[in-house]
Amino acid sequence: MTDTAAAPPLARDAAPPRPMWHVVLVRPETMTLVLLVLGVIVGSQLSEFFLDINYILKSFTLSAEFAIVALVLTMVIIAGEIDLSPASNMALSACLFAWAQQAGVPMPLAIVIGLVSGVAMGALNGLMVIGLQLPSIIVTIGTLTLYRGLAQVIAGDKSIRVPEWFTGINAVFIAGIPVPVLVFALLSIVLGLVLGTTMFGRQIYLIGTNEVAARHAGVRSRRIRMILFLLMGFASAVAGLMTASRLGSVRYDLGLGGELQMVLMAMLGGTYIFGGRGTILGTFLAAWLLVIVTTGMIVANWLPAWQLCVLGILLIVSIIATNFIYSRTQR
Amino acid sequence: MSLLRSILLRREAGIAVMIVLFCLAVGMVKPQFLTLGSLRIVLLLVPLIMIGAMGQMLVIVARHVDLSIGSMLGLTAMASGMMFRHYPEIWWPLGFALSIGVGALLGLFNGLLVTMFRLPAIIVTLGTLSLYRGITFIMSNAKQIDRQYVPSALKSMSQTSPIFGIPWIIFIAFGVALLTYWFAMHTRVGRQVYALGSNPVAAPLRGINVTRVTLLVFAISGAFSGLAGILYASRWGFVNPSNTGNGFEFQVIAAVVIGGVSINGGVGSVAGTVLGVLLLGCVSAALPLLGIPGTTQSAIYGAVILVALLIDRLVRMQGQKPATAGARA
Repeated sequence: MTDTAAAPPLARDAAPPRPMWHVVLVRPETMTLVLLVLGVIVGSQLSEFFLDINYILKSFTLSAEFAIVALVLTMVIIAGEIDLSPASNMALSACLFAWAQQAGVPMPLAIVIGLVSGVAMGALNGLMVIGLQLPSIIVTIGTLTLYRGLAQVIAGDKSIRVPEWFTGINAVFIAGIPVPVLVFALLSIVLGLVLGTTMFGRQIYLIGTNEVAARHAGVRSRRIRMILFLLMGFASAVAGLMTASRLGSVRYDLGLGGELQMVLMAMLGGTYIFGGRGTILGTFLAAWLLVIVTTGMIVANWLPAWQLCVLGILLIVSIIATNFIYSRTQR
Repeated sequence: MSLLRSILLRREAGIAVMIVLFCLAVGMVKPQFLTLGSLRIVLLLVPLIMIGAMGQMLVIVARHVDLSIGSMLGLTAMASGMMFRHYPEIWWPLGFALSIGVGALLGLFNGLLVTMFRLPAIIVTLGTLSLYRGITFIMSNAKQIDRQYVPSALKSMSQTSPIFGIPWIIFIAFGVALLTYWFAMHTRVGRQVYALGSNPVAAPLRGINVTRVTLLVFAISGAFSGLAGILYASRWGFVNPSNTGNGFEFQVIAAVVIGGVSINGGVGSVAGTVLGVLLLGCVSAALPLLGIPGTTQSAIYGAVILVALLIDRLVRMQGQKPATAGARA
């Protein structure tokens, strides 16, 4: 970021190809990485805990559910759409699951009900956006309200307990890593490979850059965007069940306001809000950055209200910075 | 005949018919719904939503959206509430000036972010939704403004007035609607809002100061949220840092899209929005009568938004020529 000033202004058609270090350095993900390192350094001044990897991993389990959804959301935003409903989707699929198992449905079937309902909710979003060509912003504002409302209808104001053995997924460790974090890491690798190396991934970028051109080039834009919305629904349902397992009970306000954190993770990771640019790596780094920041605020004893302010400001600053970087480096 | 036809084909007529049908249907089941008493209930439910909807309508017509209005309502109500608590002797109408002023500033901040950095309004206002709510908590120390601090003259505005005992708050809401009508239809800037929303590319070419118009609609949205904020204090008599205005944006957006304001910008009328607000008010008032629990309210707002979008889409498809409709699909 600091090196842009050093380069003399050249006529654009005569500009030589940028050196590799320049390309790598002036990327939003680099900014995220720098902030992440800075965060750890500042955090370690605050408290010894920040250098304890186990403490960080444990803190991460609190946001891992949102982070998992944020990975898929990154792909949706790259494809030029947005989904604000996943947090409500998490609540409704978790409520349906909890309600079903309380009504005597066997556990495996109840889990399937939760997952299928999540996919169905994604399908409804997709049908409204793709089938009816409505803007995804307003559609998902509508479904955000609807899904949360339905969860409230099902669960009322009470909390539904889940069976003992289902609880505590965050306390299960595989190779010293809590399961939610492991799921997040594995999903990052898989989606990173899909987005970065496969034709499907390239087509997502193409759709987000210019949907009409992509369609004329033979990209099945409608199908791909539908797949993304279905994937979004599935990821939200998984995240909802994981949250239910972590909390041990389900209420209609599960994950309330989570859409802010998910969008924030995608934006902090340098995903371009207008579509066509962004990486899974960026969102992966941003999720850790966000955990460091929120943990730092908790360790420093800041009021939760300050955290609301910081999250809001971070969101706005991160899109300004990302837009700035893209407008300077990649026309 | 053609005049009647054109009236009947208007979007507003459809909503009016829906209101009448809905009220008749509820009245058949519960005759007490069709009384002056429940009209009073409906009219007391809608003022805040109506005022918020007028601002939101202008924002959506200009092809933006403002998600932060609920937080702005909370912050402005808290600002006035704290003023009343610290200076109990203060001339109480100053609360209106404070709330509206603070609201306009908050809206202006949204508008500045949108215009200066060319950011999408949805993300900016999602951020400020969180930011403004956080500020409300911090400045109030997470403490509620209790009933005894809100001036009784302010509270009585929601109960009565010299004119047939109809509460002032209802007059204010319809006054705001008239003012918005005048602004949208009879001022140069108002028409520019529509021009900007119909075609954002053409608008600057026709000499419209896009920055100014955008800033103005966001400032108006903020100012109206501020007015709704002080009226919230009047209506409910308390201000709570976490509840006040929470979810307000969804009620308002629901009302606006039912009212036929197109989310693609450039289309929307005050009359339609008012009818949309009234329909929402009728539904909310009918729920407890029909024995439907209050927990369903949020689900109904969500369903209403989606159904309104669906209708909007079907109406547009009817308007399109068959050939173009086929090519799009």
